Amino acid sequence: MKKPSLLVVIFSLLGAFVVLFLLAPLLKMLTSVRTGGLAEALADSEVRNAIALTLGCALWATLIGALLGVPLAYLLARRAFFGRRFIAALVDLPVVIPHPVAGIALLLVFGRQFYGGRFFSHLGLTFVGDIPGIVAAMIFVSISLLINAARDGFLRVDPRLENVARTLGYSPLRTFFFVSVPLSRRSLLSGAIMMWARAISEFGSIVVITYNPKVASVLIYDRFTTYGLTYALPVALILVLICLLVFALLRGINLWESPAKAL
Amino acid sequence: MIRLVNVSLKVGAFALHSINLEVKRGEYFVILGPTGAGKTKLLEIIAGLLFPSSGEVWIAGENVTERPPERRCVGLMYQDHLLFPHLRVRQNIAFGLRGRSPAETRTKIASLARLLKIEHLLECRITGLSGGEQQRIALARALAPERQVLLLDEPLSALDPPNRREVRRELRALHKQLAMTTLHVTHDFEEALVLADRVAVIQAGEIVQIGPPEIVFRQPKSTFVAEFLGVENLFRGEITDCDKSQSPHEKIFNARFQAGPLRLSVVAEREGPAYAAIRSEEIIVSRDQPHSSALNNLYGTVTHIETTGPLVRLTLDVGVPLMAMLTVQSFAVLGLEVGTKAYLSFKATAIHVF
Repeated sequence: MKKPSLLVVIFSLLGAFVVLFLLAPLLKMLTSVRTGGLAEALADSEVRNAIALTLGCALWATLIGALLGVPLAYLLARRAFFGRRFIAALVDLPVVIPHPVAGIALLLVFGRQFYGGRFFSHLGLTFVGDIPGIVAAMIFVSISLLINAARDGFLRVDPRLENVARTLGYSPLRTFFFVSVPLSRRSLLSGAIMMWARAISEFGSIVVITYNPKVASVLIYDRFTTYGLTYALPVALILVLICLLVFALLRGINLWESPAKAL
Repeated sequence: MIRLVNVSLKVGAFALHSINLEVKRGEYFVILGPTGAGKTKLLEIIAGLLFPSSGEVWIAGENVTERPPERRCVGLMYQDHLLFPHLRVRQNIAFGLRGRSPAETRTKIASLARLLKIEHLLECRITGLSGGEQQRIALARALAPERQVLLLDEPLSALDPPNRREVRRELRALHKQLAMTTLHVTHDFEEALVLADRVAVIQAGEIVQIGPPEIVFRQPKSTFVAEFLGVENLFRGEITDCDKSQSPHEKIFNARFQAGPLRLSVVAEREGPAYAAIRSEEIIVSRDQPHSSALNNLYGTVTHIETTGPLVRLTLDVGVPLMAMLTVQSFAVLGLEVGTKAYLSFKATAIHVF
């Protein structure tokens, strides 16, 4: 057998630390839940409600994000317009803003003291301390994932394919739905799942705008600070399992998209 | 059918300069030019995918300058086929038949598939099809909505040579059959010769010559056109006497080519009307009867001598004018001048027939 080079030895060792560092907490979590803890947590209606609320709000956030974000992504991919770079940068901005800060910012806009909140309250939507607030916070922190994935997907579609559709009698809107969207469906789908997953795991901005009703992450934090680790752990485990499931789904889609490139 | 009036376009460093062009109904019109000359841009302007900075586009007697492509009644085929990869062959062809009844769509697809010999492919996925197959499907898709005008952007350049000749023949037959106004852009002068009723040569965003292909090739208006076309000796004639006995398994045969007083031994694929092209550097000039094995030996008078750098270009009259290229050294050794008689010889394989 060929002797591995020094590089392979050193880099493998360093890499092993990373793998261990990522894996150990998750595994430890699995083994630390006391017997019956998981079943107990699942039987707890507060836990069930929190998880349903989280998944539901994340789904709403993703749907609204897709409705509003995918058209923007298409414009960013296809049109040269004044301020395109600015908007592209703006879309990325929530990634670098600390999430509690994002929550406070949303609170200012959607609170009753400001036009945004007052406008929506006329429509019967209250944000602060209510479900629309959760959805808004989720959209704010996760929409960039969907927009960027969609934009990259659209960029990979040869614009001349759209040109051909135009000469075959398709208006720009029809071309979008019959050519651009189907051809970037994998990017759109994986972008949507990434957005959904990011929305499920959001805590910092939600806790500022809507503490009650509690989403799963807020519930975990609440149990941890009120009752301690033992009570927070089973709920945390459920959330982790959901996240892993979503993650596996995403990897599956990436694999389907490009078996060679996916790692 | 298509009329461009002073069409100009400026995109960055690239520009089209007041293009004026008229393509007649039913005509096969070829725009010939090197890569980057603006051929594709011109097609996209006619299709409505690009809007000219100034000028007018007329199709079928209507000013369509402001109209979007979906309301222009043109079909467009790009060089790399660009089939929709998410649709099967049948759906690709049916793409432009939106709004027709299912029965009508089926009939249309069936007749196009028969015409283009792709019936066996209709239920296939796009990936995995050969370039020639994809090209036929793209053509079927462009033809399906029965547009008044067909725009072809280098339709043959993505194919390998045998396929290219075949599809070229088919394009010609198809045009004869459908009599569709066709605008075809290419950088290949052979394509233009074989297919075109008229040719326009485009250079750096400007049309430099328009005319029937033979005239453009015989009488290039500028050195650019002459050099771009690149062949000094071009004859239109007839191939006869294909000798198929010698090499029954080959696809090419020894044959005769005749164009007026000129008779040549050639290597050809088939009999019938054809062009023969001989590059001037393939012709060997000598004062004495050559003993070479070359099949074609001609005798003629030098009528013109032109020195260009290290090369000398001779025109000899051998019944028709024939151009030969010599180095300055061999020219001096031969001691040729206008009026001198000389022998010309070249191999049968040096003649390109198409």
